[in-house]
Amino acid sequence: MSYIPHTDVERQQMLAAIGVTTIEDLFESVPSRYRFPKLNLPKGLSELEAWAEVQAFAEANEHAGDYALFRGAGAYHHYIPAAVNHVLLRSEFYTAYTPYQPEVSQGTLQAIYEYQSMLCALTGMDAANASHYDGATSLAEAVTVALEASRRKRNKVVLHPAIHPHYRAVVRTYHQGNGVEFVGDTGKTIERTTADDLIKLIDDQTALVAVQYPNYLGNIEDFSKLVEATHNAGALICFVANPMALALFKSPGELGADIVVGEGQPLGIPLSYGGPYLGFFAVRDEYVRRIAGRIVGETIDHDGKRAFVMTLRPREQDIRREKASSNICTNQGLMALAACVYMSLMGRSGLRRAAEISYQRAHYAAKQINKLKGYKVNVGAAFFNEFPVKCPKPVSAINDFLIERGIIGGYPLEGDYPKLKDHMLVAVTEMNSKDEIDLLVEALAEAAK
Amino acid sequence: MTESLIYEISSPGRTAVTLPDVGVPEVELPKDLLRKDLDLPEVSELQVMRHFVNLSHLNHSIDTGLYPLGSCTMKYNPKVNEDAARLAGFAYLHPLSDEEGSQGALALMYQLQTWLAELSGFTGASIVPAAGAQGELAGILMIRAYHLDRKDHKRTKILVPDSAHGTNPATVSMAGLQAVELPSDKNGDVDLNALRAALDDSVAGMMITVPSTLGVFDTKIRDVIRMVHEAGGLMYMDGANMNALMGVVKPGELGFDVMHYNLHKTFSTPHGGGGPGCGAVGANEKLVDFLPGPIVEMVEETEDENDAPLYGLKMPVKSIGRLKAFQGNFGMHVRAYTYMRIYGGEGLHEVSRHAVLNANYVRAKLRGVYPMPVDRICGHEFVMSGHFEGVEGIHALDISKRLMDFGIHPPTNYFPLIVPEALLIEPTETEDKATLDNFVEVMKKIAQEAKDDPELLRSAPHTTPVKRVDEVRAAKQLMVCCRPIPDYDQQRTPSGD
Repeated sequence: MSYIPHTDVERQQMLAAIGVTTIEDLFESVPSRYRFPKLNLPKGLSELEAWAEVQAFAEANEHAGDYALFRGAGAYHHYIPAAVNHVLLRSEFYTAYTPYQPEVSQGTLQAIYEYQSMLCALTGMDAANASHYDGATSLAEAVTVALEASRRKRNKVVLHPAIHPHYRAVVRTYHQGNGVEFVGDTGKTIERTTADDLIKLIDDQTALVAVQYPNYLGNIEDFSKLVEATHNAGALICFVANPMALALFKSPGELGADIVVGEGQPLGIPLSYGGPYLGFFAVRDEYVRRIAGRIVGETIDHDGKRAFVMTLRPREQDIRREKASSNICTNQGLMALAACVYMSLMGRSGLRRAAEISYQRAHYAAKQINKLKGYKVNVGAAFFNEFPVKCPKPVSAINDFLIERGIIGGYPLEGDYPKLKDHMLVAVTEMNSKDEIDLLVEALAEAAK
Repeated sequence: MTESLIYEISSPGRTAVTLPDVGVPEVELPKDLLRKDLDLPEVSELQVMRHFVNLSHLNHSIDTGLYPLGSCTMKYNPKVNEDAARLAGFAYLHPLSDEEGSQGALALMYQLQTWLAELSGFTGASIVPAAGAQGELAGILMIRAYHLDRKDHKRTKILVPDSAHGTNPATVSMAGLQAVELPSDKNGDVDLNALRAALDDSVAGMMITVPSTLGVFDTKIRDVIRMVHEAGGLMYMDGANMNALMGVVKPGELGFDVMHYNLHKTFSTPHGGGGPGCGAVGANEKLVDFLPGPIVEMVEETEDENDAPLYGLKMPVKSIGRLKAFQGNFGMHVRAYTYMRIYGGEGLHEVSRHAVLNANYVRAKLRGVYPMPVDRICGHEFVMSGHFEGVEGIHALDISKRLMDFGIHPPTNYFPLIVPEALLIEPTETEDKATLDNFVEVMKKIAQEAKDDPELLRSAPHTTPVKRVDEVRAAKQLMVCCRPIPDYDQQRTPSGD
C-alpha cells in the first residue's frame, strides 16, 4: 500500500532532470556513517489488513457506544447531531492549513469568526480567540495573560482546589520556569475549601484568581464575594466553565469574570479518549490584545467586500520571536468548526434544552441514589449534571460490579482528594435515559450487598 | 463570492434539532442562578449544511489543489485514517476509562510511541503534546529539568540559529530560559566560530532544525553536536522537517538528546485548518525519565504469545508533568498509527526518498528562473528568492498571490528570515510528476509576467473569492465578534499596577 504516485519511468526522468542517477545520490550530505540506518519496524500492510488490526484495537475498548456511561470529570458524552460530522468530513476544511493566506481561506476564517461570536454569547465576554489545545492549556494561557496584564509586577496565582486536578497540574507544568507562585489548592482541607476561603489569600502580588463553574465536584458556588475581593485587589478573575452548563446558568460575564476558559468538548466533539478537544478562551475588551493564539477579525478586501483575516498578528511568535508571551502557532481549528456547527444546529433553544434534560436527569439520579442504603449524595447542593456519591465500598469494587452490568460508573475522587475516600463523581447527560439511570440505581444497590 | 454570516440567516423560533422529553419527574430550576437568554443562531439543518458547504468552497485545500507550503508538509491525508479515528471503540471511549477497559487504545498508543522512538533512534517517546509548539516546550522544559536535577543551576541559555522558526525562541522564553541567537554562514549552516564563542557553562542546550530551514542538510552537524555536548549542553532537534529523514538518518544516532515530531506533517494527520495536531517528543536515555506524561507502559508482559500484554498509563519518574488534561490528541494517534502501519519501515523510507526527489526535481526545473540563495542538492524543500534583478517593486508576496489565480497555494513567504523575499517550497512525496510539471510551468509564466506586466502580480489575486484583504484595518478597527455584548452593569476594576 502506498500513497506515492511515481512510476519507474517518471522516477528516471526526474533523476535525469536533477542530474543524478539514483535517489541515494540525493543524500550524500548526510554523514555516511549514519546514512540509511536499519529500521526495526514492521512490514507494511494493505489498507484491508491495517483496517482489521485497527478495528480489533477499537473493539477491545469498553466505550459509551456499548455501555451506559456515567463518567464525566472534564469530558462529557452529549448528543452530537449527524450533520456535525458531515461538515467535518468536508476535506476543503480538514485538509487546509492555518489560514495565513486569507484570499484562499475565507471558509475557515469565517467559521472561526462565527465560532468566536458564539463563544462570546455563551460566556458573556467581549472577545474570544480561535481556541487553544484544551481546557487545561487555556487556563495556563490565562495565567500568562494575567501576568502580562500586571506587566509582570505580580507573580501570584490563587487556584481554587475544586478546579480539575489535571488542569492545575498543567498550569504548573507550563509555568515551572518563570517563578509563579501558586496558592490555594494545597493543604489538608482542600476538600472543604470554598470560594470565600480563598479571599484571605489575595494580596497586592496576586495577578489572577481562578475558579471552576460548576466546580470539579459538580457544585455551583457563589463567587460574588470572591469576584469583588479579587477586583478590589487589582487582580483578574478567571472562570473555568463547562459550556453546556452555560446554556442554562448565568454567564461568567454576568458574574464578573475577566477571563473565561474551558473545555469545548461538550459542544459537539466526541470523547475520543481525551482528544482532540477544544480549549476556549474569552476575555473582556481590555485584555483582547494580550490574548495568545489566533484571533480572526472582520475587515474588507480591495473591492470593499466583507472579508475575514487573522488579526493582531504582531503579538505572535513567528513575528515577535523570543518576546512573544506564548509559543502557540495554531489553534484547534477543526474542533472550533465542530463547536460552531454544533452551536448552529442546537441554536438558541436546543442547547438550553439539552442542558435542561441533563440537569433534570442528573437530579433524578442523585435523588434515587441517595435513597439507597449505604450511599449518600448531598442533594441539597446546587449542581448541574455531576455530583459526588459516597459509596459503601471502595469505588473500584463498585465499578467492577457495574461493568458486568454494562455500566461504566463514576470516577473515583480519592486519588486527588484523599478525604473523599470511597467517593465517586457521577455525571448524567441527555444520553442517559430514565431506564439507564434506573439500571444504575438498581446495580448500585446490589453492589452494596 | 461571499457567504452571509450564520447569524444573518437566523429567524426567531426556527430550530434544527428535536430533543427527547425529559422523561423523569422534574424538579424546579434554581431561578436565581439561571441566565435569561442565549444569543445563538436559529436556523434549520439545511441552512446549516448549505452555509458550511458554501464556506468550504471558499478554502484552498490539499484535496482541491497543490499546496507546496514549505516547512508544513502538506501531503495527502489518507481517508482510511479518518474512518479509523471515528470507530465507535475510539470515538466513544472516555479519557478516564479504567485501564482494563481501554487496552485497545493503550496498545495502539504503545506501538506508536515505540515506532516513533525507533524511527529516530531514541529510548522513548511521549505522544502527549498537542502540537509542534507544545512538543518544543516539553523538550526545552526537559533540558531545563535535566540540569536542575544535576544541581547545575547556572545553565539558563539556549542557543538558537537565526534561521530558526520563531517558535523556537518563543519556546525558550516561555520555559523561563534565555534565547541566544547564532548567525548562520552563507550556506545557511551554523557558523562554527560563532558557536564556539557562545559556548560556556551557562548554556543549557541548543535548538536546531534538521534539515535546516533552508532545506539543506548541515554537513557540519556532527561538529555542532560534539561542541555543544563538550560544553555540557544538550541538543534539541526541531523535527518539522522529519519528512526528509525517515530511514535516512536517526537523529538519536547523530547525537541529538531530544526532538519533537509533527504527526500532522510527517505522519499525514490532517492540518484541520490550523489544528488539531500532535507534537510527540522522543528522548534518549539521558532525558527519557523527564518526558511529559502520562505515557503508555507495558505493565505486565506476556509469556504466551496468544495473550496480549497489559498496558497502563504512567508518569515518567522525573516527568516535567502534564501538558494536557488527558493523554494527548488520541484521534491523531489513531490516524498516525494507521498511516505508519500501512507503510511499514520500508515504506516510510520510500516516503522520505520521494519527498526529497520531488523537491530536487522542482528545484532543478526552476534553477535559473528564480534566484536560489543556496544552490545545492536539497532535502524535502528548498528556498528561492522572489526578487529578480532588474525588476523593481515585485515581492515574494506578489508571486504568491498570483499563484492563487492558477489554483495553487502559495509557498511559505518570508521564512526563513535570513533569505530576503524567501519562497520556501515543499512539494511532498504524494504529488505526481504532471502536477509538479504544471507548477513549474506556472512559476515560469509568473516570472515572465513579473517582467512584462508587473501590475498583474501586484493586483493579484484576481480569481479568488475575495481580493487582497485589508489587514491593517482589521487590527485598527478591531471586530472579532459580530454580536452586541449585553452590558451587565458590573462593577469592574481594571487590573494591575
